[in-house]
Amino acid sequence: MNEPFVEVNDLTIGYRNRQGQIVNVLRGVSLVMPRGGALGLVGESGSGKSTLGMALLGHLRAGSQVQAGTVRFEGVDPFALNPAELQALRGGRIALIPQNAAESLTPTMRVGDQIVEVLQFNRILVGAEARDLALELLGQVRLPQPEAMFTRYPHELSGGQQQRVAVAKALAGEPELLVLDEPTTGLDVTTQAHLLDLLAEIVAQMGTAMLYISHDLGVIARVSDRVAVMYAGEIVEVAAVTDIFARPTHPYTRGLLASIPRLTQAGIPKAMPGQPPTPGEHGTGCSFTPRCTFADGTCETVAPTLDAAAQPGQLVRCHHWQTVAKIEFSQELQQAFHKAVRKVEPEPAVELAGVEIAYTRQGLIQRLRGLPEPPATVSDITLTVHKGETLALVGESGSGKTTIVRTIAGLMLPRMGSLKFKDYDLNVGVDRRPLELRQQIQLIFQNPDASLNPRHTVAEILDQPLRLYFNLSRSERRERSIELLERVRLGPHYRLRYPGQLSGGEKQRVAIARAFAAEPQLVLCDEVTSALDVSVQAAVLDLLAELQAEHGVTYIFIAHDLALVHAFADRVAVLYQGRLCEVGSTDEIYTPPHHPYTETLLAAAPRPVPGLRPHLLGSDVPELAPPPRGCPFQRRCPRRIGSICDEEAPPWRVPVEGHRIRCHIPLDELETAQVSAAEHVIPLEPLSNSVSSN
Amino acid sequence: MLKLTVRRLFYSLITLLIIAVVVFVAVELLPGDTATAYLGREATPQRLASLRAELGLDRPAIERFARWFAGALRGDFGMSLARDKPVVDLIGVRLRNSLILGLSAALIGIPLALGLGIIAGLTRDRAPDLWISTAALIAMTLPEFVTATFLILVFSISLQLFPAVTVVPANAPILDLLPNLVLPIVTLTLIMVAHILRMVRTSVIDVMTSDYVQMAILSGVPYRRVVLRHALPNALLPAISITALTIGWLLGGLVIIEVVFNFPGLGTLLLDAIHTRDIPLVQGIALATAGVYVVVNLGADVLTLMLNPRLRTLRTA
Repeated sequence: MNEPFVEVNDLTIGYRNRQGQIVNVLRGVSLVMPRGGALGLVGESGSGKSTLGMALLGHLRAGSQVQAGTVRFEGVDPFALNPAELQALRGGRIALIPQNAAESLTPTMRVGDQIVEVLQFNRILVGAEARDLALELLGQVRLPQPEAMFTRYPHELSGGQQQRVAVAKALAGEPELLVLDEPTTGLDVTTQAHLLDLLAEIVAQMGTAMLYISHDLGVIARVSDRVAVMYAGEIVEVAAVTDIFARPTHPYTRGLLASIPRLTQAGIPKAMPGQPPTPGEHGTGCSFTPRCTFADGTCETVAPTLDAAAQPGQLVRCHHWQTVAKIEFSQELQQAFHKAVRKVEPEPAVELAGVEIAYTRQGLIQRLRGLPEPPATVSDITLTVHKGETLALVGESGSGKTTIVRTIAGLMLPRMGSLKFKDYDLNVGVDRRPLELRQQIQLIFQNPDASLNPRHTVAEILDQPLRLYFNLSRSERRERSIELLERVRLGPHYRLRYPGQLSGGEKQRVAIARAFAAEPQLVLCDEVTSALDVSVQAAVLDLLAELQAEHGVTYIFIAHDLALVHAFADRVAVLYQGRLCEVGSTDEIYTPPHHPYTETLLAAAPRPVPGLRPHLLGSDVPELAPPPRGCPFQRRCPRRIGSICDEEAPPWRVPVEGHRIRCHIPLDELETAQVSAAEHVIPLEPLSNSVSSN
Repeated sequence: MLKLTVRRLFYSLITLLIIAVVVFVAVELLPGDTATAYLGREATPQRLASLRAELGLDRPAIERFARWFAGALRGDFGMSLARDKPVVDLIGVRLRNSLILGLSAALIGIPLALGLGIIAGLTRDRAPDLWISTAALIAMTLPEFVTATFLILVFSISLQLFPAVTVVPANAPILDLLPNLVLPIVTLTLIMVAHILRMVRTSVIDVMTSDYVQMAILSGVPYRRVVLRHALPNALLPAISITALTIGWLLGGLVIIEVVFNFPGLGTLLLDAIHTRDIPLVQGIALATAGVYVVVNLGADVLTLMLNPRLRTLRTA
């Protein structure tokens, strides 16, 4: 019985495309996991990481087939099992925690019943015994009031609570292996940090092995002891987590690590050129060749094998790993960041004063009954954005970031306060704004799949703003659209393509080109990179920075990723429940004193540094409405000082001109407490002392 | 939940009121009135005038509507102009016949449609699905009078199993009506099953590929239970409203089928009433039909509310 716990051997999974050719999504993947191990599986979309995870459960996407190789779980091949045996394996010995808990819980079944069901089929527990254990599990994943949770339906829970239920469901069968497929993607940073903490604790307690699939290197660093990096259906590097992050030897791993923005480092990270191949479109040689700076003739024709590298247990699939390994990675990383060149001018571009926005209007009856008006969704926003500046709006979901941007764009009207853009009054809906104002303010949305009409070609998409705002002839518009495409680094042949034929990064480039076609002066960016792969994200940031330098546009930039904000913004406004907590330059925001909420967010952000445990402040219980009085953050604040926080609105404190913190705690006290907290809990990051070079 | 139901009920009553007005106006707009239709060629201005005075047709339209409406609130739908009988009496037995026909078709058709739809959905693109879907497509595309005529040709004329047209009077006991019912029911059922089945099939396919069904399978839940507990409750929700809509269509389809089979139901009566410009009768029938429609939709809404926890636990602020 000397079987390895999990052994994947030369596994190739593929499907037949319409032309009848076999397209391999996984190509010759080999992998060993010890009992109780935690393997992180990193890769960009389309790298085959989910396919591999599902293969351990004996599950293939419809139409896919195992073309070659084997999967063994304690000597058992899940693809050779009959349905009854497969049922016993799934949920009982291997459990899955899916990406989207909201959609993976059955909407018509109570949460408790769904857990009881797993107990019933995997542990043959029924009745009161099963119910008690289900309640215990709900408590174990730290859901408040398990009794009440038991009878709820999935839609009655918040995103974080749904994900906890999914964890409880997975743990119910007491599995030996957990497959986690991006379980925290889409959650707020604080919720994510709490969930990861919970998982780490439970796994340590129960000795469960984990296969953690994610594109987020910060999360991978936090949960794994070994990491496998996947590219185009192959494993390109496997190593201990510390080696992957400190001494990566594959050019792709290096590029990936260099392309992620870091909390401790201002400036835009280095973009990786090109994009990953679509399945089946890799050449005969190394699939990374077109994007690799080390590539030579051999790489194009001879596929490298996964060989032992310098560190013990490190495997790498590269012809030139020895050359790569000679370059000190920390040096390379320091040079990876560059600051965007900006000309911020003293004149204000956008001015918001005392802005209040509400989604609901009180009905006549409620007003007559003298009911107090519910607190507005967004309130008391006073902000100035200078010409040529990038202001980031930061906060968790429900913090009112998008609401403010929609109001500036004229898609909503404020209830109170004044909004100005240069000399224009923005207090009017977009339908009543003059044409030149509409031309000067443009929006770029989060998801280009939804914001580009799938039935229009790229040429038609770019034609719309050109026709609307400029009096150009047909051939002039054609010329201009080619220029615009070149500006976002797409060739003229893209004009005739449909959005469906483009990759995610290309689509977002088209969306950017459309916004800039109007020659705007203010561009509102709503999470523009969050739908993109990390390696593409940096390139899009570069593009936005370049366009800004060229045209002197002002950006208002919404993001939830604090590291990304550090990379790109000049100034940051931190919002909680539609109220400003802190406003300041990027450097001021990222060094103490912080508002306690900013501190909470910074502490929870996952970082691509193994061994760092984020310290959790306060709870992650989401709030549905702002409190009627006092500080908006009173209920979750880790530094609450007493009833004054509940009763009185905190004063603005100004450490330096331009930096404001809204808190009852005096600044020096905040700073002392925060500096010591940071020293106690976070080990000093090796990179934190390096200064970004221009 | 209760509040929602009461609100739906209130809307239903308003719907009925609007229908009454619309039907009245529509018949009023038709050229001619009961007097011209009744007297036909013997119409002289004098006879028309006296008949109109007798029937109350000389009063302004608003007044006639108000009077009728006041009566309707008390359950008195007035006298049929052409037949000299209370509208309620005329409708009563015909409504019974039509309801028997419609309900039988629904009772046979709905379970059949659900069953076949589920089978087709679960065996997507394999043999059972292909057979069921093709048959449904054919049943759907043929107009009901074609299907009806075809059935008459085969079962009444060639095989002589059932009568081709109904000859028993409208108020005959149900047992006597029974042999006359078979072919109309089959015709109705065929088309209804086809519509509902296709909807159920699509919905089952959707749900079976959903994340939560995949997740249930990957949690080691047996297939039967995945289908019964996770998939079907969600798949059948959209089927409820489509079923209600189909029943509404069935009421319209009834007119054609009743005419083809000469079945003494509400449909044939309606046609007669329109021919004779018998406004109170038309109104009575329209309201009865609308009433059935509204009740069925209300039932579907309540059923959906009961089965869908998302709606049930919705906070109605």
